[in-house]
Amino acid sequence: MQKLLKNQRLFNIVVPLFSIILGILVGAIIMLVSGYDPVTGYGALFNGMFGNPKSIGEMIRAASPLILAGLAVGFAFKTGLFNIGVEGQLLVGWLAAVYVGYALDLPAIIHVPVSILAAAIAGGIWGMIPGLLKARFKVHEVIVTIMMNYIALYSTADIIKRYLYAGNEKSFPIKESASLASTFLADMTNGSRLHWGIVVAVIVAVFMWFILEKTTTGYELKAVGYNQHASMYAGMNVQKNIALSMTISGAFAGIAGSMEALGTFQNMTVMSAFTGTGFDGIAVALLGANNPFGIILAALLFGGLTTAAPQMNFNANVPQELVDVIIALIIFFVAASYLIRYILTRFSKEGK
Amino acid sequence: MEYVIEMNNIRKEFPGIVANDNITLQVKKGEIHALLGENGAGKSTLMNVLFGLYQPEKGEIKVKGQPVKITDPNVANRLGIGMVHQHFMLVHNFTVTENIILGSEPTKGGKINIKDAAKKVEELSKRYGLSVDPYAKIEDISVGMQQRVEILKTLYRGAEILIFDEPTAVLTPQEIKELIQIMGKLVAEGKSIILITHKLKEIMEVCDRCTVIRKGKGIGTVEVSETDPDQLAALMVGREVHFKVDKQEAQPTDVVLEVKDLVVIDSRNIPVVEELNLEVKAGEILGIAGVDGNGQTELIEGITGLRKIKSGSVKINGKETAHLSTRKITETGVGHIPEDRHKHGLVLDYTIGENMVLQTYYQKPYSNSGVLNYNKIYEKAKSLIEEYDVRTPSEFTPARALSGGNQQKGIIAREVDRSPSLLIASQPTRGLDVGAIEFIHSKLIEERDKGRAVLLVSFELDEVMNLSDRIAVIYEGKIVAIVDPKETTEQELGLLMAGGKKESVGVS
Repeated sequence: MQKLLKNQRLFNIVVPLFSIILGILVGAIIMLVSGYDPVTGYGALFNGMFGNPKSIGEMIRAASPLILAGLAVGFAFKTGLFNIGVEGQLLVGWLAAVYVGYALDLPAIIHVPVSILAAAIAGGIWGMIPGLLKARFKVHEVIVTIMMNYIALYSTADIIKRYLYAGNEKSFPIKESASLASTFLADMTNGSRLHWGIVVAVIVAVFMWFILEKTTTGYELKAVGYNQHASMYAGMNVQKNIALSMTISGAFAGIAGSMEALGTFQNMTVMSAFTGTGFDGIAVALLGANNPFGIILAALLFGGLTTAAPQMNFNANVPQELVDVIIALIIFFVAASYLIRYILTRFSKEGK
Repeated sequence: MEYVIEMNNIRKEFPGIVANDNITLQVKKGEIHALLGENGAGKSTLMNVLFGLYQPEKGEIKVKGQPVKITDPNVANRLGIGMVHQHFMLVHNFTVTENIILGSEPTKGGKINIKDAAKKVEELSKRYGLSVDPYAKIEDISVGMQQRVEILKTLYRGAEILIFDEPTAVLTPQEIKELIQIMGKLVAEGKSIILITHKLKEIMEVCDRCTVIRKGKGIGTVEVSETDPDQLAALMVGREVHFKVDKQEAQPTDVVLEVKDLVVIDSRNIPVVEELNLEVKAGEILGIAGVDGNGQTELIEGITGLRKIKSGSVKINGKETAHLSTRKITETGVGHIPEDRHKHGLVLDYTIGENMVLQTYYQKPYSNSGVLNYNKIYEKAKSLIEEYDVRTPSEFTPARALSGGNQQKGIIAREVDRSPSLLIASQPTRGLDVGAIEFIHSKLIEERDKGRAVLLVSFELDEVMNLSDRIAVIYEGKIVAIVDPKETTEQELGLLMAGGKKESVGVS
C-alpha cells in the first residue's frame, strides 16, 4: 500500500510531464504534415519563452492571472465543486479593482491591498451566489456559474460605459498608488511588463495549501466534497461549507482579475467577449493536478506558450494558432492520463 | 475420484501480499461445494483465478481432468465455468433476454434474433424452475429476480460449473429459500456449484463439502455432514468462536434516553415514526427488533439530529435535544455507529487517522485556533488502531483500502472512545464475518457494563436476542411491545414484528 501511495504521488508528477512531451510530439507531427519545420518552429517557441530576460518576464506576467484562475478552479475541485464561473468572477474582480484603484486616494502601501481586497470581495460574492443556490436549493453550480459569466461580461461592460468611460472602449486608468507595476522588475527583465502580481499569486497559492491541508476549515471543506452524508453525520454544516468553498474560489478568481487591473493593463476594456483566462484556469488546474504548486508550474508553461506564440509565427512562419493546438493536445493527454498510466505500467513491467 | 474442477496448489501474489498461498480446491460433479473464509481471506482472488481474471503464479488448474490455462473469462466460459457475481452486471433498461445474450448475440441476416433467444431463455428458466419473464425489463424486477437473470446468463452460455459469489447477501429470507431450491435443481440436473460465503448456516443447509481458507492459506476440505457450525467457525477464524455472547445480568440505573410521542416524517411527508415512546437506561442494551422499513432508520436519524423532528420530545440525560443540531447532540454525549458505514460512517478518501477525529477535529488537542495538529491526530489514531485491533498497514492508509470489518472496527473505536453516555448501534455487524461480529458484540456488552446506555437496531433476530437486555418491537413507526429476551422465543418475536398481537408474552 505504502508503495502504491508513493506511486500515486509519482504518477501525479509523471503524467503531466508525459502529457506535455506527447503534446509537443504530436504538435511536431502536425507541423510536419502542414509543411512547417518543427525544429525551427519549436526553436522559435523556446526562444520566445526563455530566449531573453524580457521573454521570461512576459512569461511570468502572463502566468500570474493564470495561476490565480487555476487556484480558483483547483480549490473548488478539491472540495467537490466545479467552478466554471472563474471567468465571470475574474471580470467583476477586475472591475472592482479598477474602480477602487481609480476612485480612492490612498498611499500605495494601503491602496494596493485595498484594491486587491475589493477584487477578492467582488469575485467572492460572484462565487457565493451559485454556492448559496447549490447549498439551499441544490441548483447545479455548473449551470449557475455559466449564466453568471454572461451576467458579469455584459454588466461590467455596461458599468464601464456608464460610469467609468474614458473613451476608446476603455475605462479610466487606476492611480499610480494602486499600481502593481514596477520599474525595478521591468528594468531587470529588459522592459517587460512584469509586475508584482506574481508575488500575490504565490502568496495565494501558499494560502490555499494552508487552508486545505492545515486547518479545520479545510478539513470540513474537503470532507463535504468527498462525502456529504458523512459530513452531516459528523455534525458539519454542509450548506455553509458549500457556500464557503464557492466564495473562496470566487475570491481567488477576483484576485486574478486584479492582476490585469492593477498590473498588466491598469484599466479595463469594454469587453465584447470573454478573456479566456478563467477557462484556461480549468486546464491549468487539471495539468497541475489541483495542487497549488503544480498549478504554479502549469500556469507558467501556459503563460509562456501564449506569450511566445507570436515569436513562433514571426521567426518560423508557423501560425501562432498552432500553440493553441499544442495546449489542447497537452490537455487531451492529461485528460487521457489513463492511457499514459497504461503505457507507463507497460514500460515498467518490461523494464523488470 | 472424478473431479470437474481441480485447482492444485494455487499461489497468487499481489505487490506486497500473498493473496493465495498453496490453495487446493477440488469440486466433484453434481455437488454444492462451499468456499468458506473471512472477509479478505482470499476467496474472491481464488475464484477470479478460476474465472480467468487473474493469472496464478504457481499451481495448476484441471477441468474434467484436463490441465487448462484460463487466460481470460471467455476461456472460462468456453470451459463451462460461469460466475454469478455479487454485484450484478446488468443493463437496467434492457430486457432479461437482451441482457442474457449481451456479448454473444445470435444474428439472423445481420439482425439480432431476439425471438429465438427469448425462447431458449424461457426453456432454461422452466427447466430450472426460475420463472423469469424473458421480456421483462431489469429495472422492473426485484433483486432476487435479477440474480436469477445472472444465473440464466451463465446457463445460456452453457455453464456446467457455477460460481456463486455471496449470493444471499442481497436477498430477503424468502428469496434465500427460493435460491436454495434453485441450487438444488441445478445440481439435480448435473451442474456443479461453488458457493462463496461466510454464512455458516447456509453451508450447513445446502452444501455437500466445504473448503476453508484462512489468511490466504488453504486450511482443508471437510464433509459438511460430518461437521458443525462451531467447527467450521473455528477452522475459518483459527480459534474457538463463541456464538452465544457471555454476559452478566444487566444493572440498569438512570434513564439516559427518553423519547416521548416522537413523530418523524420522511422525504415524502409521510409520518414514519408515529408518536413513539422509548426509554433506555444506563447499563442496559435495548434492542429494537423489526422488519426493515418500519421506521428504525428515521427513529435513529431523529434522535441524532440528522432528520428534522415533526413533534415530540427527545431527552438525553434529562436535557431536551429534540431540535438541536447533530453536533450539539453529539457533544451531549452520543456515540452513533451508523447503519451504512460507507455513506455515513466514514469519509472513504480520508485516511483512517483523519476518520478517527471526524467529530472531534475542531477540539483540542486535535486543533488549536482552527489549525489542525496532525501529530496529535495520528498519535490518537495509532493508539485506537492498536487498542481495537484495526488491521491496516498504517494510520495513513485511506479508509477505502480497509476491509469492511476493519472499517467498522475503526468506527466503533471512534464512537466508543468518546465515552458517550448513549451509544447507538445501527446494524453494527451487517456484512461482517464471525470473527468481527464476535469482537463487536463483546465491545457492546463491555460498554454496557461500563454504565453506558446502548440502543441497538438490528434486522438479525439472533443478534437482537443475544445482545439485548430488553427488546422493543417496532412496527409501522410504533413500539408495539417491549419484551424480555429470556422469556420470548424467536417465533413470538417474529409474530410481533409482523404486526401480530402478543397475548402470553410477558410485558416488562
